[in-house]
Amino acid sequence: MSNNSAGGLVSLQKSVKQLRFEAGIRRIKVSQAAADLKTFCLQNAHKDPLLMGVPSSDNPFRPPKSCALF
Amino acid sequence: MGEMEQMKKEAETLKTQIEAARKAANDTDMASAASGVAPAPRVQLKTRKTLKGHLAKIYAMHWSTDNRLMVSASQDGKLLIWDSHSGNKVNAVPLKSSWVMTCAYAPSGNLVASGGLDNMCTVYNLKTPVIKTVKELDAHTGYLSCTRFLSDTEILTASGDTTCALWDLETGKQKTVFLNHVGDCMCLSLSPDMNSFVSGACDSLAKLWDIRDGQCKQTFQGHTSDINAISFFPSGNAIITGSDDCACKMYDLRADQEVICYQDAALNSGVTSLALSLSGRLIFAGYDDFNCNIWDSLKGEKVGVLSGHDNRVSCTGVPPDGMCVCTGSWDSFLKIWN
Repeated sequence: MSNNSAGGLVSLQKSVKQLRFEAGIRRIKVSQAAADLKTFCLQNAHKDPLLMGVPSSDNPFRPPKSCALF
Repeated sequence: MGEMEQMKKEAETLKTQIEAARKAANDTDMASAASGVAPAPRVQLKTRKTLKGHLAKIYAMHWSTDNRLMVSASQDGKLLIWDSHSGNKVNAVPLKSSWVMTCAYAPSGNLVASGGLDNMCTVYNLKTPVIKTVKELDAHTGYLSCTRFLSDTEILTASGDTTCALWDLETGKQKTVFLNHVGDCMCLSLSPDMNSFVSGACDSLAKLWDIRDGQCKQTFQGHTSDINAISFFPSGNAIITGSDDCACKMYDLRADQEVICYQDAALNSGVTSLALSLSGRLIFAGYDDFNCNIWDSLKGEKVGVLSGHDNRVSCTGVPPDGMCVCTGSWDSFLKIWN
């Protein structure tokens, strides 16, 4: 890659600035992150139609079944 | 040259520091943490509707917030607005450029947007008696790969020129440009709280951005090829990416690292698109091999497949109420499954 030295330096300065920013963030442990993700999924599972299945009577994408009178 | 050498050294030191900090936080992985969780049920979804109407490859689709209407974009040069309940076409928007790559529905339902190889994002008003072009957003120097509305007055774009941008729809000008990727930006996803977004690019990186100040806050590596698809996990604390390297990955934002990888030795097609179920437990990932695989996001296991398209699945979307998943394909059809 041929950059003139000034362009190369500016680009490098930007990279270093960005790396300094990213290095400074606070990180939590994966175990805590994973626990929170797990909790979120489990707490919302009952509301998730694709997970729970959609009963045909409530399915807006299914044509309504014909009514049978007994 | 002394200064350049010094900067290079500092860059290397910082990279090592970041890796060490990530490693220190890496006390487990998602699959191990979820070992006690009951497996997701075997997911067998059926095609409820096949939407026929496009005459060429479908490249993108997006649900309206009303959970019923959706917009799709095809290289037949049209945007089609569908009523997914009836399967009827509600509107057709002819495009100036047929090389469309993305489309979006505004949360209000008033506007839709599209863009592609014309390097522009065009916004249309659906509510005027005749559909009108309200703005042509013209400043990117590369193709438009993805666009999402924040509101009727602001829109985000991702471009092959390696930048993303936030536009003011009243002035038609860019308010903020997000510069940091070194490869074409291919996809973006807005955070649930709308304060940030993530982008995926051909540099194999995903980046988290602050919408207001334009700062790249975090960078996620791990993929070995272009990231074509990206989505926020519904809690807002994690993101899922899909790549040409045939894998999907989940990165946790607070742990700043990859926590699980969704891949299979038998799968050797790139991931083109992805969408999550309401709780985030299921990931619907579209692949070049014509299928959409369903992954258990916590355990990393494949729990189902949506087969039915005769060509690449190019786009997937789950409406806000989570009632179904829509897949769009190069075979020119959209399918609704639940």
